[in-house]
Amino acid sequence: MTDTVLAGTMFTKTLAYIGGRTIRLMGDVGRGFIMFGQTISWTFKLPVNLGNIFQQVEAVGVNSLPVVLIMALFTGMVLAIQTYTGFKRFNAENYMGPVVALSMLRELGPVLTGLIVSGRAGAAMAAELGTMRVTEQIDALVTLATNPVKYLVVPRFIAGLVVLPLLTVIADSTGIIGGYLVSVHVLHVNSEIYIRMTRDYLELNDVFGGLIKACVFGIIISVVSCYKGFFTEGGAEGVGKATTGAVVMSMMLILIANYFLAALIFR
Amino acid sequence: MKIGRLKPPLPRVGATLVAYFQMIHVIEIVNLHKAFNKKHVLQGVDLQIERGETMVVIGGSGSGKSVLIKHVIGLLSPDEGSIVVDGVDISHLRENDMNELRKRYGMLFQGAALFDSLTVWENVGFSLMQHTTLSKEEIKEKAKQKLEMVGLKGVEELMPSELSGGMRKRVGLARAIAMEPQIILYDEPTTGLDPIMADAINDLIIEMKKRLNVTSIAITHDMVSAYKIADKIAMLYEGRIQEVGTPDEIKRSVNPIVRQFITGSSVGPIKAV
Ligand SMILES: Nc1ncnc2c1ncn2[C@@H]1O[C@H](COP(=O)(O)OP(=O)(O)O)[C@@H](O)[C@H]1O
Ligand SMILES: [Mg+2]
Repeated sequence: MTDTVLAGTMFTKTLAYIGGRTIRLMGDVGRGFIMFGQTISWTFKLPVNLGNIFQQVEAVGVNSLPVVLIMALFTGMVLAIQTYTGFKRFNAENYMGPVVALSMLRELGPVLTGLIVSGRAGAAMAAELGTMRVTEQIDALVTLATNPVKYLVVPRFIAGLVVLPLLTVIADSTGIIGGYLVSVHVLHVNSEIYIRMTRDYLELNDVFGGLIKACVFGIIISVVSCYKGFFTEGGAEGVGKATTGAVVMSMMLILIANYFLAALIFR
Repeated sequence: MKIGRLKPPLPRVGATLVAYFQMIHVIEIVNLHKAFNKKHVLQGVDLQIERGETMVVIGGSGSGKSVLIKHVIGLLSPDEGSIVVDGVDISHLRENDMNELRKRYGMLFQGAALFDSLTVWENVGFSLMQHTTLSKEEIKEKAKQKLEMVGLKGVEELMPSELSGGMRKRVGLARAIAMEPQIILYDEPTTGLDPIMADAINDLIIEMKKRLNVTSIAITHDMVSAYKIADKIAMLYEGRIQEVGTPDEIKRSVNPIVRQFITGSSVGPIKAV
């Protein structure tokens, strides 16, 4: 008797929990899209605040560049080792060049760059805007007749959109060079064949597909992080929550979006 | 032009009358209600503020004083009721119109809310930078003047994090008066300051009123400050204004809620939580 009652309350509680979470998530998604819409419309309204945009481009780029470089270099290098191991089994070492480059350009370059920028620049955006919210700086902007979306979010949005493809190009090249160095100098693959194969089998589509992904990831990071920061509640603790929330959510969205983009772009 | 002169004087009398009433009440808050997640913070606030007057709203922590003042500058919009400024109901104004109005306001936040990525002078000159075509040098010069008005010299190039609490409030005040506002809102201007610094801020508020001829609303729970700066004091409790009067009238109030608050007693109708 009591057991069924207990199970009953547990069941209701679980349901209520799931329901509550779902409602909150829907609210988040809704407000996120509203913010995205506002950001887009403010992006095209003059005057453009060039100073703020440059500042953000610099912040996002410089923040993440060293980590992106190291990530890309070692990813390219390990990619070479693993591809070599696999291809050697059916004597196809000569074909490994294009595989390394393709993996880098289509997947690892944009995705890993996106994940790193989420952790660095995305976290910084959420923390900064969150702090501005809880210390009433965002309210102060409004009282000074300045739209906070235009002043704060638009420059970060543009920075994300511009910097992610740039960092991805850097990551792609670094990874491909790393892969080449390991293949030729450690695994003793013929350098000439490696380069020729890579050139013959790569398509421009591989490069641009990856860059389109990078742009989308840039939008995801800036919109999610700004959204989380902008609607922070509850003092310093709230800022912490907003920051981790922003990182987790942008990473998940990047990975999910990555699948659908790959299905769309590369078919 | 000529036809205009031939018009009967009646509309002009009407306009003068309207202007006269506007002159008396700059800000009229009527039956203001606001709730957050079922928490009914403001439950029908009525308050009139006359031109050139300093209205001090007193009330306990969490009684909704900040919520009230945020409605006056359009940071929050009411669930019910209206806020009329110079004859215009601002509660449903579009953003552009609201921003035009906000340029005539100055607001000093409780924690000063200085932009911590900008220098002191960039903070003070923020509105000028956003809304005028003045050059950087001119803005810096104006910012210096405003800083001098609040008793600060040689701090233009510092970052807000390098300032003390009292200095931050002064910079916040300098920023609030940068566009020569007609209405200034103060959110707990003296809270968190030592008594001497608090009194210096009180003096500044009185001086602003004299020099700029502004209408002000200040919210506070500091009675010393309230008595010193107020032309009128209003007590907010349980979402409503309990009593409005001059400092002397408030001192002599027989309302037990007001009496308990101004004497700072834990015994009475207000329960300390
Ligand atoms: N944006 C908001 N969201 C939810 N609750 C709020 C918000 N702003 C204020 N409140 C609540 O309203 C009440 C009054 O707050 P406030 O006006 O800041 O009090 P005070 O009189 O100390 O200034 C508090 O209980 C606060 O929790
Ligand atoms: Mg308050």
